[in-house]
Amino acid sequence: MNMKVSIAGVELKNPIMTASGTFGSGQEYSEFVDLNRLGAVVTKGVANVPWEGNPTPRVAEVYGGMLNAIGLQNPGIDVFLQRDIPFLTHCDAKVVVNVCGRTLEDYLEVVERLSDQPVDLLEINISCPNVKEGGIAFGQNAASVEAITREVKAHAAQPVIMKLSPNVTDITEMARAAEAGGADALSLINTLTGMKIDVERRKFALANKTGGMSGPAIHPIAVRMVYQTAQAVKLPIIGMGGVMTAVDALELMLAGATAVAVGTANFANPRAVTDIIDGMQDYLEQHGIADICELIGAVRE
Amino acid sequence: MSEKFNEQAIIIRQEEIADDIYSMWLRTESIAKNARAGQFVSVYCSDGSRILPRPISICQIDRQDSAIRLVYRTVGKGTEEFAKLHTGDILNVTGPLGNGFPQKGGKAILIGGGVGIPPMLQLAKELKCEKQVVLGFRDEQFLVEEFQKEAVVCIATEDGSAGTEGNVLDAIRENGLTAEIIYACGPAPMLRAVKAYAAERHIECWISMEERMACGIGACLACVCKSKRKDEHTNVKNKRVCKEGPVFRAEEVEF
Repeated sequence: MNMKVSIAGVELKNPIMTASGTFGSGQEYSEFVDLNRLGAVVTKGVANVPWEGNPTPRVAEVYGGMLNAIGLQNPGIDVFLQRDIPFLTHCDAKVVVNVCGRTLEDYLEVVERLSDQPVDLLEINISCPNVKEGGIAFGQNAASVEAITREVKAHAAQPVIMKLSPNVTDITEMARAAEAGGADALSLINTLTGMKIDVERRKFALANKTGGMSGPAIHPIAVRMVYQTAQAVKLPIIGMGGVMTAVDALELMLAGATAVAVGTANFANPRAVTDIIDGMQDYLEQHGIADICELIGAVRE
Repeated sequence: MSEKFNEQAIIIRQEEIADDIYSMWLRTESIAKNARAGQFVSVYCSDGSRILPRPISICQIDRQDSAIRLVYRTVGKGTEEFAKLHTGDILNVTGPLGNGFPQKGGKAILIGGGVGIPPMLQLAKELKCEKQVVLGFRDEQFLVEEFQKEAVVCIATEDGSAGTEGNVLDAIRENGLTAEIIYACGPAPMLRAVKAYAAERHIECWISMEERMACGIGACLACVCKSKRKDEHTNVKNKRVCKEGPVFRAEEVEF
């Protein structure tokens, strides 16, 4: 039975990866799961300099999900290279570094610093809804998606995954723009912008007022967007959005994803990633499927 | 840093000890063996619409019987779900989490306010030094008799229904308490006042902080607090309450 999939020439031992920002650089979760079992670890976004992030409260629970407005707090590329990369190279999962920035130059600096590092793939975050500059500003306009993709590709030593925002009218337009800019793969969906108000205190639940919604409630949106994007572009897709179970992951693969990232589920179950891998293996066995790649985009019309 | 475990805990017993305040004993092999005073656990809801674990401080540890006690207030649907559970029911729990209180010598005051009171009980049991306990309540009291077995207890109530009318510092002043070290857990305004009180008198002070959490283990950076100096892990002036905390040296954190 084959669980291997390939993203831009990088072979993953199975399609399950972690969703950026929910798993740190893997160290904390390694107390609960064997990271060697993962297809890939996707790091929390790293910028050229340390970012303090947003004021607290940064998270709030909502029905079937949560809102977060962490604001991409990160220690900066120097500490990341000294501490996180050496940790990740000791585990037998592919390493995907998520890159964030406020300006194009910020992104390019990180991409260049990573060029001689043992990193398998870069994921470029142009879709964080919680930072005012950079992030989403790059991801909501097709021309800027294409431009930043082209620039990153010109500077990157590793294959480039562009992470797309669902907070757009037509995600396929952004997907086509990333493809035109030379992206090697796409990640979708990032969180959906939401808001929660405490009616007793008449206050916003998050200090940032708005936050990115994630969790099982957004899963159907992810399935729809992955399907639409798979129809629109030839690039491999890493599907994500509310994956809690193996069934959810398989659904995204049938919709057209080559790999699947698990995010918020890690908070609900620290062993979510390996539980999902086990569940997918069981599904293949039960259905007599020899190769998981058969499932990619295999929903019947 | 203690080892963490995700366990299916069995509820030994649960009772409501005051209005909306519940006391629950859980059988948890590994968590009980490894827990220290001031640490907390993540408790998971079984209703799939509530995905984030609830961080709840450990009130008491029975290492021999492999049990921990959680005393919590029902503040929403998650804690209401826990309050409905009975003896023999299973609860998914991760812990022990966070650092816990450092246990030093010297005459100590242990201060607890509201739902910040429970973690002070295990600390009161473990501290071998001379100790005094100050508990602040809005109105209804809980756990007082259990604290009285460990130390002299002073009470402050906002409505003056028992002890000193006012806050925990009013009770400290009224009773003329002195200390070389203060341990405190409670709402932010109380901790702010305790921090200022200790700073004025040059008393070593340790406070247990609270913040909205998601992962509970240091990965997501949701529950940070501002720190005076750049934190070694985050490389900014932020500390993770769930990992470097919840207990901090008062002057280390700004809130």
